[in-house]
Amino acid sequence: MKIGTPKEVMAGEARVAMTPESALQLQKLGYDCLIEAGAGEAAGFSDAAYKEAGVTVVKTPAALWKEADIIAKVRPPSDAEVKRLTEGKLLISFFYPAQNEKLMEAASKKGASVIAMDMVPRISRAQKMDALSSMANIAGYRAVIEAGNNFGRFFTGQITAAGKVPPAKVLVVGAGVAGLAAIGTSTSLGAITYAFDVRPEVAEQVESMGAEFVFLDFEEEQQDGAATGGYASVSSPEFAAAQLAKFRELAPEMDIVITTALIPNREAPELWTKDMVESMKPGSVIIDLAAEKGGNCKLTVMDEKIVTDNGVTIIGYTDFPSRMATQSSTLYATNIRHLMTDLTPEKDGQTNHDMEDDVIRGATIAHEKEITFPPPPPKVQAIAAQKKEAPKELTPEEKREQEVAAFKAQTKSQVTLLAVGAALVLGVGLIPGMPASFMQHFIVFVLSVFIGFQVIWNVAHSLHTPLMAVTNAISSIIILGALIQIGSTSMLITLLAALGIFMASVNIFGGFLVTRRMLAMFQKS
Amino acid sequence: MENAFTIAAYVVAAVLFILSLGGLSGQESAKRAVWYGIAGMAIAVLATMIGPGQGLWVASIVLVATGAGVGYQLATRVEMTQMPELVAIMHSLVGLAAVFVGFNADLMINYVAGIYEAEGLVMGAVGDDGITAIGLPKEFYAGLSAFGQLIAKKSSVEIGILRVELVLGIWIGAVTFTGSVIAYAKLAGSSSMLPFAVDTGAKKLPGGHFLNAGAAALSALLLFVYLGGGGSWALVVLTLAGLFIGYHLIMGIGGADMPVVVSMLNSYSGWAAAAIGFSLGNDLLIVVGALVGSSGAILSYIMCKAMNRSFVSVILGGFGGPAGEQMAVEGEQVAIDADGVAQALDEADEIIIIPGYGMAVAQAQQSVSELTKRLRAKGKNVRFAIHPVAGRLPGHMNVLLAEAKVPYDIVLEMDEINEDFPDTDVAIVIGSNDIVNPAAQDDPNSPIAGMPVLECWKAKQVFVSKRGQGTGYSGIENPLFFKENTRMFYGDAKKSLDDLLTRID
Repeated sequence: MKIGTPKEVMAGEARVAMTPESALQLQKLGYDCLIEAGAGEAAGFSDAAYKEAGVTVVKTPAALWKEADIIAKVRPPSDAEVKRLTEGKLLISFFYPAQNEKLMEAASKKGASVIAMDMVPRISRAQKMDALSSMANIAGYRAVIEAGNNFGRFFTGQITAAGKVPPAKVLVVGAGVAGLAAIGTSTSLGAITYAFDVRPEVAEQVESMGAEFVFLDFEEEQQDGAATGGYASVSSPEFAAAQLAKFRELAPEMDIVITTALIPNREAPELWTKDMVESMKPGSVIIDLAAEKGGNCKLTVMDEKIVTDNGVTIIGYTDFPSRMATQSSTLYATNIRHLMTDLTPEKDGQTNHDMEDDVIRGATIAHEKEITFPPPPPKVQAIAAQKKEAPKELTPEEKREQEVAAFKAQTKSQVTLLAVGAALVLGVGLIPGMPASFMQHFIVFVLSVFIGFQVIWNVAHSLHTPLMAVTNAISSIIILGALIQIGSTSMLITLLAALGIFMASVNIFGGFLVTRRMLAMFQKS
Repeated sequence: MENAFTIAAYVVAAVLFILSLGGLSGQESAKRAVWYGIAGMAIAVLATMIGPGQGLWVASIVLVATGAGVGYQLATRVEMTQMPELVAIMHSLVGLAAVFVGFNADLMINYVAGIYEAEGLVMGAVGDDGITAIGLPKEFYAGLSAFGQLIAKKSSVEIGILRVELVLGIWIGAVTFTGSVIAYAKLAGSSSMLPFAVDTGAKKLPGGHFLNAGAAALSALLLFVYLGGGGSWALVVLTLAGLFIGYHLIMGIGGADMPVVVSMLNSYSGWAAAAIGFSLGNDLLIVVGALVGSSGAILSYIMCKAMNRSFVSVILGGFGGPAGEQMAVEGEQVAIDADGVAQALDEADEIIIIPGYGMAVAQAQQSVSELTKRLRAKGKNVRFAIHPVAGRLPGHMNVLLAEAKVPYDIVLEMDEINEDFPDTDVAIVIGSNDIVNPAAQDDPNSPIAGMPVLECWKAKQVFVSKRGQGTGYSGIENPLFFKENTRMFYGDAKKSLDDLLTRID
C-alpha cells in the first residue's frame, strides 16, 4: 500500500507528517511512500532529501490524494480535502472530532476510515503515538522561549559589576505535558518557577522538575486524575474561587505567567482575570497556551500578541509547534510511524484495522461508513487509580460491636483455660492418698507458672537474648539443692553435690555477667 | 527447712526474681532488673548456707568461689557473637547439676532406708493416724543431714511421690544436658570437642521419631521399675535414655531452628529445677524453676509464631518436608564491587540495613556501625530492620548492634519497618539469607513458605553482602539474589565493609 503526505493547506502551518527518516522506517514496514512536492520545505526537509530516502515526489495534491491509500497529515482536512477521500482510503491526522462533526460525517459518508491522532488513548502502550503529548511538549518549551523573547530582563538573577538583576518569577498554571515542559525550560533558564494544578497528585512531578507547587488552602475531596484519563475535569465553584484568590495574591509578583489549563472538549476555564492582569507589573508577559479554546485569560486574542494599557504583553499564539516545525515534524512523523507499526502487525505493507485493539479503536472516528466516535472507554486504565484509604471508618456502633465480640472471645478463651487449669489442679488434689505437704508445694508451683506467663509477655523483643541469659543464670538456683546435700555423711553424695555447686556457680556468675555486658551496650542515639 | 528465717529470705528472693524478669520490658529498666536477679540469687544462696545447707561451709564457699572465677572468665572473654553458644553450653551445666542433685536424693533415700533397716524399722511406716510417718529414733535423726532428716520424716506415699519427682528432675536434666551440648555444637558449627560429628543439618538415626518414642516409653517403664523397688540401676538406665533423647532430638532439628531450641532447653532446665525443688521440698527452687520454665516456653512460642512454624513440630524436630517441587530459580546473580556500592549509597537518601548471622560470623558489626555513622553524618536516613529470628538467638542482632554502639532507636523490628521498603533507595543485606527470602511468600512448596520475611526486594536497589554463592542455613535457594534490582557484593562481610568504608568519607 502507499502512504502519502500532502502539503498542509492551512496558512502558516509549517509542519509535515512525514520526514525522510520516518519514510525509511515506513518502507521497512512494506509501504511505498509518496510526498507532495514542497511539503517539507517549511520544516526544513527538501524534496531531494525525500527522494534520497526513496520517497516518490508527486507534483500535485490531486495526484497524491488519488494515488495514496493512506493519507498522513497534520491538520484536520479542509472541506476540499475531504471531498478527495474515496472508499477504502485511510486518513490519519489531527481531527478534533468533537468540534468537527460535519467534517467527520462527510468523511465517513465517503467510506474512508479516519484515525484522529488527538484521540489516541492515554495508556502506557500508546504513549509512543501520543502526538498531543509530543506537540504539547514543544508548545511548553516554545512558550517559555516566546515569553523570554518578549520579556525585557534576564531569567536568572545576577549580581554584576553593573548592578544586581533580580531573577524572573514564572508561574505555570496547569501542569500537564505542556506545563511540565514549560516548568523544565523555565527552571533551566534560571527563573524562580511556581506551578499550579487542580490535580494535587501532580505536585510531586512539579517538584521533580524543580518548580514550587502552589498549594491551595482548601479542604475538599480532590478529584482523582485517574478517572478522567489523566486530564483535569471541572472543579467546584468553591474550589475555583479559592484558586482565583490565590492567583490574585500571586499576580503582582509574577513576571511571566504561562497558562496551559485545558479541560477536554470544553472551553478553557478563565483563570487569569482582567483585574489580575491589571495588577501585574509593566513589562510582564502572559503566554496563553489555551488561546485556541478561548484562553485562560479573557483578554487573550487568538493568534495575536497584544499589549495592555498597563504594559503587560499577552501572547495568544496557537501555532507554537509550527514555529518549531523541524522538531515538531520529526516527533509527529515518528508518532505516525509508530501508529503504522501497530496497524501493520505482519510488516507486509497491508494495514490490519483491528477494531478490538484499544488504541486503534480509540483513535478511529470513522470506519466502514460508520461514525465510531466517541469510542468506548479503554479496557486498561490510563494511570493507576490512587489508592483510597483501604480500611473504611467504622461507625461507633460497629466499633462497639467489634469490641464486644473481641471481649467475648477473650472471655471465652480465658474461662476455658481457667476451667481446664482448675480441673487439672483439682484432679491432682483428688488422687487418693495425695499428701497435703505435696499439695502445698504444688500450689506454689502453679502460681509461679502463672506469674511467669504474666511477666514474660511484656518483655521487649530486643531484650529476648538478655532475657534468656537472665533466666539461664536464675535457673542455676539448682545450687540450693546441692548446697543442702553437701553436708551429707556419704562421700559419693558430697562429691556429686560439690560438682553440682561448682557447675551452678559457674552458671550464676557467667549468666549475670553476660547479661550485664549485653545490657550495658544498649544506648540511645 | 524448718528455719523460719530461711523461708522469709526465700520469699524475698522469689519477689526479686519476679521483678528481675518483669524488668526486662524496657532497655533502661532492664539494667536495674539484672541487679534484682543478682541480689535475689545472693540472698537465696546465703540463706541456704546459713539455714539447711550448713554442712560443709568451707567447701561450699571454695566451690562457689572457683565456679565464680570460671564463670567470670567465660563471661568476660567470650565474644558477643558467641553469645548463643555460651548460653547453650551454660544450660547444659544446669541440666547436669540437676542430674547430680537428683541422684543424690536417690542415694540419700537408700542411705536413710539403710538406717531404718539396721534398726529393724520400715521406712515410711505410718503412725496411728495413717498419715504421719513414725520416723527414726531421735539419736539417728539428729545425725542426719538436713535433707536426710526431711526424708526420714516422710511416709511411704510421700517417698513414692518424692521418687517420681526426682526421676522427673533427673530425666529432664539429662535431656537438657545432651540437648544443650548438641545445640552448642550446632551453633558453634564445630564438633571438635565432641566424640561425634555434628553439623548444622537436621540428622536422624534410622527410625527417627520412633527411636525417641521408644526411649521415652523405656523411660516410663523404668520409672515403674524404679518405683517398684527396682533399685538404682533403673535410675541409671533411665538417665541414659534421657541423655539419648536429648542428643537425638536436637540432632534432628535443623540449624535454622536453633533459636527456638535454645529457648526451649532454657525452659527444660527450669522444669528440671522445679522437679528437683519438689523432691527437696524447697519452695524457692519450685518458684524459680516454674518461672524459668514458663518464660522459656513462652519465648519459644513467640519465636515459633514469628517464623510461622508449628511449636510442636519444631520441638519434635520436624521441619515439615516440602509438599512438592520447589520453584526453580531463574536468572543469574550479578556481582558488584565496592565502588558501585559506594556510589549507590552516595546517591541514596533512605537506606535500610538488614543484618543476619553472617554479620555476627564476620564480626562486622563495628564496620556496620562506622558505615551507619558516616552515612548519617551525610544526612541520610539509615535504619536497621531486624527479623525476629535473625541470628541464632532472638534479639541476637540487637545485642551485636548495641555492642557496636548503634543507637537502638534506629533499630526497628520487622513489623515496624516492612512497609517502608518500597520507599527505600538502598537495602543492604549483610549476611542474612532465609529471613529475606521471597520464596516464603511466592512459593507454596518452599520449606519456609508462610514464614514472615523482610520484603527488602521492594526497595529500589538491594545489595547483598555474602561470602559466596552457597545457600543459607536451611539450605534453600534464595530468589532474592537473582532479582533484577539485586547486586551481590561477594566477600567476607567485614572485609567488604571495610573496603567500602575507604570509599565513603
